Amino acid sequence: MIGQLRYGEHRSIPEIHQRLESRGVGIAQRTVGDLLERYEELVALHLADEERLQERLRRQGQVILAIDGMQPDVGHEVLWVIRDSVGLTGTKFGCGMALCGACTVHLDGKAIRSCVSPLSRAVGKHVTTIEGLSKDLSHPLQRAWIEIDVPQCGYCQSGQIMSAAILLKENSKPTDKDIDEAMSGNICRCGTYSRIRRAIHRAAEMAAEKRSS
Amino acid sequence: MSRLEEPNQNKLELSGADSSNAVAAKSSRIARRNFLKTTATIGGGLCIAAYVPELAAHPDSNSPASATVFAPNAFVRIAPDDTVTVISNHSEMGQGIYTSLPMLLNEELEADWSKIKIEAAPVDPVYNHTLYGVQMTGGSSTTPSEWERFRKMGAMARVMLIDAAAQKWSLPASECHVEKGVVIHAASGKKATYGSLADAASQLKPPANIPLKDPKQFTLIGKPTRRLDTPSKVNGTAQFGLDVRLPGMLFAVVARPPVFGARVASFDAAEALRIPGVRAVEQIPSGVAVVADRFWPAKLAREKVKITWDEGENAKLSTSQMFADFSKQSASPGNIAKKTGDPAAALASAAKTITAEYDVPYLAHAMMEPLNCVVDLHANSCEIWTGTQFETVDRANAAQVAGLPPEKVQIHTTLLGGGFGRRANPASDFVVEAVHVAKIAKAPVKVVWTREDDLAGGWYRPMWHDRFTAGLDAQGNPIAWTHTIVGQSIMQGTPFEPYTIKDGVDSTSVEGAADLLYGIPNLQVDLHSPKIGVPVQWWRSVGHSHTGFSVEGFFDELAHAGGKDPYELRRNLLANQPRMSAVLQLVAEKAGWRKPLPAGRGRGIATHFSFDSYVAQVIEASVDKDGAVRVHRVVCAVDCGRTVNPDIVKAQMEGGIIFGLTAALKTEITLENGRVQQHNFHDYPMLRMFESPEIEVHIVPSEQNPTGVGEPSVPPVAPALANAIFAATGKRVRRLPIRASDLAGGSEAKS
Repeated sequence: MIGQLRYGEHRSIPEIHQRLESRGVGIAQRTVGDLLERYEELVALHLADEERLQERLRRQGQVILAIDGMQPDVGHEVLWVIRDSVGLTGTKFGCGMALCGACTVHLDGKAIRSCVSPLSRAVGKHVTTIEGLSKDLSHPLQRAWIEIDVPQCGYCQSGQIMSAAILLKENSKPTDKDIDEAMSGNICRCGTYSRIRRAIHRAAEMAAEKRSS
Repeated sequence: MSRLEEPNQNKLELSGADSSNAVAAKSSRIARRNFLKTTATIGGGLCIAAYVPELAAHPDSNSPASATVFAPNAFVRIAPDDTVTVISNHSEMGQGIYTSLPMLLNEELEADWSKIKIEAAPVDPVYNHTLYGVQMTGGSSTTPSEWERFRKMGAMARVMLIDAAAQKWSLPASECHVEKGVVIHAASGKKATYGSLADAASQLKPPANIPLKDPKQFTLIGKPTRRLDTPSKVNGTAQFGLDVRLPGMLFAVVARPPVFGARVASFDAAEALRIPGVRAVEQIPSGVAVVADRFWPAKLAREKVKITWDEGENAKLSTSQMFADFSKQSASPGNIAKKTGDPAAALASAAKTITAEYDVPYLAHAMMEPLNCVVDLHANSCEIWTGTQFETVDRANAAQVAGLPPEKVQIHTTLLGGGFGRRANPASDFVVEAVHVAKIAKAPVKVVWTREDDLAGGWYRPMWHDRFTAGLDAQGNPIAWTHTIVGQSIMQGTPFEPYTIKDGVDSTSVEGAADLLYGIPNLQVDLHSPKIGVPVQWWRSVGHSHTGFSVEGFFDELAHAGGKDPYELRRNLLANQPRMSAVLQLVAEKAGWRKPLPAGRGRGIATHFSFDSYVAQVIEASVDKDGAVRVHRVVCAVDCGRTVNPDIVKAQMEGGIIFGLTAALKTEITLENGRVQQHNFHDYPMLRMFESPEIEVHIVPSEQNPTGVGEPSVPPVAPALANAIFAATGKRVRRLPIRASDLAGGSEAKS
């Protein structure tokens, strides 16, 4: 059984599952990897009249990977499910050992390193990726990053921003020391650290302006 | 991703990475009109003509309405909706050229900046580097080499758009001007947007003569301008090589040799093939490839492949032994790279002589995006998606493996998640391998390198040993300087060898040493280039990455030995170098060279000339009792000629400083029994936020043509830091990375 594999807020997997079953599509796969892969296929094959799921997911950035009663593949990490099965590639692979932070996403509002997080850890929880931070670059961190032109190659920046987002959520006016502590798990080989620091301060200001207005 | 058709009107190909005449650019077909003909020299003697045909090499094949798209040359297209697409022949790897190249072009085109889009060029000789004759990105050369061409391409389009409007209105072109993408005839009040003129302009012949603006009239060049690529890099939409997805694409990893040059003797894939999702496990020249439906099963399966390696000679390699060998070799002079005066006689007559040896290790580039490459191979075509700095070379090498003529190979250059030289591989290692994998995958395939693969994959910055002897006169002034360098040549065996190696001296091994700016009357620089089976390559700032450290560290030793202030001695010996002198004085002033520092803190200074740019830095540092170094402040001054985008120049200086600090404080690749000892960021650590100092960058205003920006801030970092540590502790750092064990006792150790 597919259990629950939902995307977005408004449509649940059971609903899609029912639709699939009503069209005579049987689901027998047992592993999460198979499920996800099969799921894409099924949607592509049988929901052609609906919005293409893959496209939706890619745009959405806010997925719920909720899998009940399933034993995920050993080592099948959230990162690769997000990138290769769901198709949200804003979350990056940098080290595979939780050393660089490029894969940082939010799991129920906490920053996690998705490269070492087994899918089982994400069961029933919200996973927010960089694509889900805002729909229109309106998040204060995105605005500050643009204003200060933080990124160089840009590869680590999704992870940097996702780490910074949790910092700002928990501490609306961080000091340099707070920033050092919160951000030292994220490596930037291009060396944009001083701009990241400035941009976090700037984003905190922007968020405060928004709150007071 | 669009699959562009590549017309290949002009054929220039490397016949292979080792072809000696590969770089000598010759077009098999003379462009009908040469708009731009420049000659330039690299490495002493190679003359290359660059040309730009009047027609776009690549009209937008996806657009059925391409007839109405105005494409006056291969570098810009203007669509009826006013969108201006700038085609970049250089790769964006963080250095900002996807913004500065459009700035150059639009300075002359004067389109509405908000309508500018950027697109990576396909591989075509029209996009060859104006100096190096192949399509590539490197050597801090994009802006200097495109300074004129991109402005001319913009001007050409503007002239034609004005002509189109003038003809339409039956008015003289000389009475029209442009403003933000609109041609205006002021007297009559007539106006037409560029987009509305696209069709008419397409019918015109490009002008023979294209005057460029007087720099005094620049409105865009020199102004801090926001990067065009930032929005895509903060919402996850930026496409790097690793993000490429093709329908039906498979994933692959490769089990590569544990020792450089080792070969597969035998392997057993039975267990690996039992993992669900695994499609193929087969031998390829670089090892054993595992192809699967997804990355994860491929990686799992690779661990299950049992391989017996024929390890060969390199299994004996040990970097600690090599350093000892290098030191021995440095005791005798090598091939002469530079000799002025009579160093031996001057040393014999010196009041004081000083000798020192310096060591730096192999270094990996460690781009945040590990190497990767997507290949879609068919009987008659090969399409490649990857972040590369070396399109022409990669295409030639890929074509050879694919058994296709180069024009049947297309490369889609994605954004690069860092390059630092690694993605300009003379053997196209990561591209060639992926074509081999595609042959066994029989489907589009993405070869993914893990961090461990990437770090152990070789093509490092060479390890170096430098031995100096210098003589001072009775007043403490340097009168003799000899410098023997030992380290592998990176140019040997590359297409650039004929132009960079002369009389046994690879110019990139001695750059920054043989071209010393200091006025020392008797000087000798010589070189040993041992052949070692570790593949080596250019790494951000190339030879300067080691000569900067050793030369400026040893210079500081001379200053102290002669009782001179390190800043004053530099200033005195740079009297005939006005640009470096100005940079040095600026950095000293901004850093407050003589101002007292908090207890325990030391200040170090260094200068370095590289990629035609002048950089000086002052670093403030302290050392705790356990020997841990804290970098508090870095002040940097640079003269890189005219700045196109000052904010990008600052960003590059900041980034290069962090890159240099990482090399100074953190990283080394070592080998034991031929095996690389480092695996991931735990044992090849990067500088992190909490270690990142305050950085100030000061740009010397200049009206000279632009010079390099991406690399020149790296070389002075390590010596400025080593010199600061000496000032703080009295301990001289002569090997990198700086080790706490060498400094224990801390800043308080100095009385």
